[in-house]
Amino acid sequence: MADVLVHVLDHDGQFNKSSLGALSEGARLAGELGGEAHAAVIGGQAPCAALGRYGAARVYRAGGPAGVAQPVVDAMAGLMREGRFACALFGGGLLGHEAGAALAARLGAGIAVEVTATGVRAGRLVAERPVLGDSQISEIELSGPAGIIVARIGAFEALDRGAGDAPVEDLAFEPSAPATRVRMIEHGAQRGGEEADIEAAEVVVAGGRGLGGPEAFALCEELARAFGPAAAVGATRAVVDAGWYPYAAQVGQTGKTVAPKLYIAAGISGQIQHKVGMQGSESILAINTDARAPIFEFTDLGIVGDLHRILPRLAAALRARGDGR
Amino acid sequence: MRIAVLVKEIPDATVRKRLDPRSGRLERSGERTLNPHDAHAIEAAVRLRETPSAAVEEIVAVTMGPASASRALHRAVSLGADRSVHLCDDAFAGSDLIATAQALAAALERIEPDLVLAGQQSDDGECYALGAAVGEYLHWPALTQVVALELRDGRVRCARQAEYGYDTVELELPALVGVGDALNEPRYPSLKAIMGARNRPLETLTAADLGIALDQVGAAGSRARWVGVKQPARRPQATMIEDRDAEETVARIIAWLDERRVI
Ligand SMILES: Cc1cc2nc3c(=O)[nH]c(=O)nc-3n(C[C@H](O)[C@H](O)[C@H](O)COP(=O)(O)OP(=O)(O)OC[C@H]3O[C@@H](n4cnc5c(N)ncnc54)[C@H](O)[C@@H]3O)c2cc1C
Ligand SMILES: Nc1ncnc2c1ncn2[C@@H]1O[C@H](COP(=O)(O)O)[C@@H](O)[C@H]1O
Repeated sequence: MADVLVHVLDHDGQFNKSSLGALSEGARLAGELGGEAHAAVIGGQAPCAALGRYGAARVYRAGGPAGVAQPVVDAMAGLMREGRFACALFGGGLLGHEAGAALAARLGAGIAVEVTATGVRAGRLVAERPVLGDSQISEIELSGPAGIIVARIGAFEALDRGAGDAPVEDLAFEPSAPATRVRMIEHGAQRGGEEADIEAAEVVVAGGRGLGGPEAFALCEELARAFGPAAAVGATRAVVDAGWYPYAAQVGQTGKTVAPKLYIAAGISGQIQHKVGMQGSESILAINTDARAPIFEFTDLGIVGDLHRILPRLAAALRARGDGR
Repeated sequence: MRIAVLVKEIPDATVRKRLDPRSGRLERSGERTLNPHDAHAIEAAVRLRETPSAAVEEIVAVTMGPASASRALHRAVSLGADRSVHLCDDAFAGSDLIATAQALAAALERIEPDLVLAGQQSDDGECYALGAAVGEYLHWPALTQVVALELRDGRVRCARQAEYGYDTVELELPALVGVGDALNEPRYPSLKAIMGARNRPLETLTAADLGIALDQVGAAGSRARWVGVKQPARRPQATMIEDRDAEETVARIIAWLDERRVI
């Protein structure tokens, strides 16, 4: 009971970066427990043996529709019941939370989500989990037949240890009743095709629900233009889901990760799923009418005010400077 | 068909939230309110009821929480639920995710809904996970973070954003669907609905009523135990500007950009 089973997500033959980070952390944790890290890849096409480089001593590969939790739970529950695993680890994200929670329920296991550090203390699994807008970190001890840990997106770095290929074992399992009642109709559709190269931009002007409607994105676009060609417009999931702006511009957990010289958050509350996609920015400026908005906890310059008043004037001031040169 | 909506009572946004340094639980003092994300789940149920082909006969709001949580249920009823069920027992206190999910699933087995809806996240717990665990205890298909939803022929078709784009997934009923906030804009309840909410049926259930052994719930039934707290490294505080004169605010932003050599 000293091994760690890590779920590795892949899409279109590419391993998810957060999953590889979880695998590296799983290998480290397994070392602490005196065991090995094994990886489970369900419904993917990526070259599984290569996971050896990130610390997997063995890889289990199983078929099944990608993008839903049920086959992941069925496959991993079967492995966990063999009794060799002290812990199941997920790299986070939507599927990690769903599959982790269902697996915990199926096994009667303790679960911690949004985890940023793991360890073993007096023989027990302990996970660190930031709470209350990251103002404190709770330490959670997990018991039961195993511990289930769902990492926060990007919490663990993927370390290529340069080790060789891992042996790959094909896994067969019976789908559970819930799994037979779930059907993937369309997978990975890109909404709003427009390309937005926010990852390469030096300045990102991002808008959220505080814009009030899709037409107000014109304010963000105008400001980005005033910064010049190296600026681009970003968006939160809330406004992308609502159809205000294309998915290609989304910053955050299920969108893109950006680290520009300047990030401007206009009408964005600063929930953790948004924060993980932009916290690496060099300078962060936020404009929000609510002085208690979580975004102000990690901004360099915070403006408590209406973006409709600030953005057009800021764009005009930048243009005036440009003209003066 | 019958729809059950899972709702939670949380500290009001205006209350400074903190952990009890001895138990690690959220302090329960101060104003409390309905988790705002759950209003989207109730609104989704109400919109299905307004769709004749869905043939929704009843919407039941369900919560597990202390005595005060009945107020969140009143709120849920004022937003459109027909009646509510309150899992309320000292034995439930301190339940972790799986103990909570197990108790809620036991209550849902009695309520016998065709569809269970949950919110995107609880504002205090922020686990994004309870719905999936409840679905597992019910042996039902579950899907969370759903931003479009359609019922037809005993199935629910859902769209949601995953790590790589949008998925469309169909679940056979009975099923659990956790909704994302973007699914709808909850309407405000009428004064009449607020006044009438207290008169709608509210059933209170204990662990014994649900046939749950006391060692399955509360701290005893929990496998995740809080053992300590740490303070994160603090980022330097932001420079804050209260905008009064927009021209002056912008001049200060420009000066800051200059100082940081961004422009
Ligand atoms: C599994 C999962 C994955 C997610 N992935 C992502 C992701 O990749 N990216 C992402 O962004 N989110 C993601 N989210 C959603 C995230 O939790 C938040 O819901 C979202 O970021 C909120 O977007 P928002 O800030 O635009 O809206 P809100 O939270 O509604 O905030 C709007 C803000 O605008 C302010 N405001 C209102 N009017 C004005 C005005 N006139 N001027 C200035 N300010 C104003 C308000 O005070 C408020 O703070 C995810 C959630 C989950 C559960
Ligand atoms: N104690 C509870 N009683 C009823 N429903 C709950 C409870 N806790 C969480 N939920 C539901 O589960 C959703 C997700 O919560 P969480 O997993 O805590 O983020 C919430 O939006 C609610 O719909």
